[in-house]
Amino acid sequence: MITETVIQEAAGEITRRAAIRIPDDYRSGIRDIRSNEQGPLSCFVLDTMMDNWDAAVADQRPMCADTGLPRYYVKFGNEASIQGGFVALERALRRATADGTAKIPLRPNRVHPLTREDHNNNVGARAPEIEYSVEPNADWLDITTVHKGGLFGTDYRMLFPGDGWDGIKKMFLDTMIQFGRRGLACQPAIVGVGIGGSKDTCMVLGKQAACLRVVGDRHPDSEIAKLEDELKELGNQIGMGPMGFVGSSMVVDCHIEVAHTHTGGMPVSIHSFCLSSRRAVVRIFADGSSEYRTDPQWFTPYHRREEVE
Amino acid sequence: MTNDGYNTVELRGPAEPAELEKLNIGDVVYINGMIYTGREGVYRKILDEGNSPPADFSTISNINFHCSPAASIESDGSYTVGAVTATASFRFSKWMERWFSLTNCKVVIGKGGMPQSDYQQYFVPNGAVYLTTVGYGTGALLGRGIKKVPQVFWLKELGIAQAIWVLEVEKFGPFLVESDLRGNSLFEQSKREIDQNIEGLYAGLKQPALRRYGETTHRTDEVI
Repeated sequence: MITETVIQEAAGEITRRAAIRIPDDYRSGIRDIRSNEQGPLSCFVLDTMMDNWDAAVADQRPMCADTGLPRYYVKFGNEASIQGGFVALERALRRATADGTAKIPLRPNRVHPLTREDHNNNVGARAPEIEYSVEPNADWLDITTVHKGGLFGTDYRMLFPGDGWDGIKKMFLDTMIQFGRRGLACQPAIVGVGIGGSKDTCMVLGKQAACLRVVGDRHPDSEIAKLEDELKELGNQIGMGPMGFVGSSMVVDCHIEVAHTHTGGMPVSIHSFCLSSRRAVVRIFADGSSEYRTDPQWFTPYHRREEVE
Repeated sequence: MTNDGYNTVELRGPAEPAELEKLNIGDVVYINGMIYTGREGVYRKILDEGNSPPADFSTISNINFHCSPAASIESDGSYTVGAVTATASFRFSKWMERWFSLTNCKVVIGKGGMPQSDYQQYFVPNGAVYLTTVGYGTGALLGRGIKKVPQVFWLKELGIAQAIWVLEVEKFGPFLVESDLRGNSLFEQSKREIDQNIEGLYAGLKQPALRRYGETTHRTDEVI
């Protein structure tokens, strides 16, 4: 039986880790992209960002003052059980966000969209967001937190089957160039592309592709994996680097996720996870012990299944 | 240019006009001395609503940072500033000219700059330069550079994010010179070079069947 206290402690710890320590996969992705970068200003920006990550860990302060919008992705082992159930879980996650905001500290970014009222704790209506998925034959609970900014670098478009791969490529270029200028998207980013579903699932899927897969990971479907490589290469051929300076560092990695969609349409969403790609994960076992990591392992074979059973 | 080949300049705050004269776009700048934060809340209160400034800015500094610090107020009344990151400056263009003449501000620090025409119209006649933060998201490095918060103005009236924070800084940076006293722009320079490649990227890609209503923005335009 997993208790509310254990969940709140673990959620507090991943909130702190996410804000301060850049995930290793992203850091090594930046190191690789830096080794191919020829633009002097782009090189300077990448070197400075790596210095910034070191400073954040050494001083134990958030890597970026815009600490994003803290949110959670929960994966339930089918045999896991929580004392107090889902209500206890959600209460623990909301408390962890409020406590972390004061203690780390995070910037109280969450405000009412119309009145702009700020609770000063990053908790409010539908905040933090909590999304769920399940995993068979497991009694653990995985909690991932993601702190993503989000003013720039995202787009959605209803394309049609006849638009094909060209249409997706064109939209990808449009989004990269539009939000890459002056570095509005805080690139180089992990770019997530959601294809299919309906408009809402398409948006959710693309965001999860950006935030819940690690640099270097490829889709198990070899055709989709090929498209991931192709889009990554295309983004880095634009000639633009960090801050919109001349360079070749635009896309650290590209992840595509698909959902079966309406026979007449091909909705596409594109999301950029920034130079402070903050994510941290904890697995809480049935005995109450915890293990921390940075790979959400969200898109399991079960999660991507296409069959009835 | 090698990694060590950047022209790095240390600037004192307040800044001497003769020192600003030496800056060129692309120079790396660190600041020592005094700066202050100020953004739309301050501009609106003073320039639009006609309130008197809470202090004579020319006695504090002539360096205006477009920023909201992640700051907290301690029980003894002192201030702690954690991470610091600039906010996008293009929204503040319309106030800059009047701000320069009221406060004698000579250096604006922010995120992402402004259109080059703003530099030529507002900055150059007032002898002002624009420095951009790097990355963006060097919050931890900039937080390190803040040594003291000698004073905060209008904390109650404007809140933490919009108040005027006077900051004593040391080796505060890095920043890049985005616009120099001649009104050159580093972003514009990069843009001109990158634009030469843009149309070629789309060669052979057909238009989607359904256009977007109002889809007229040219790819070499900026969205700011």
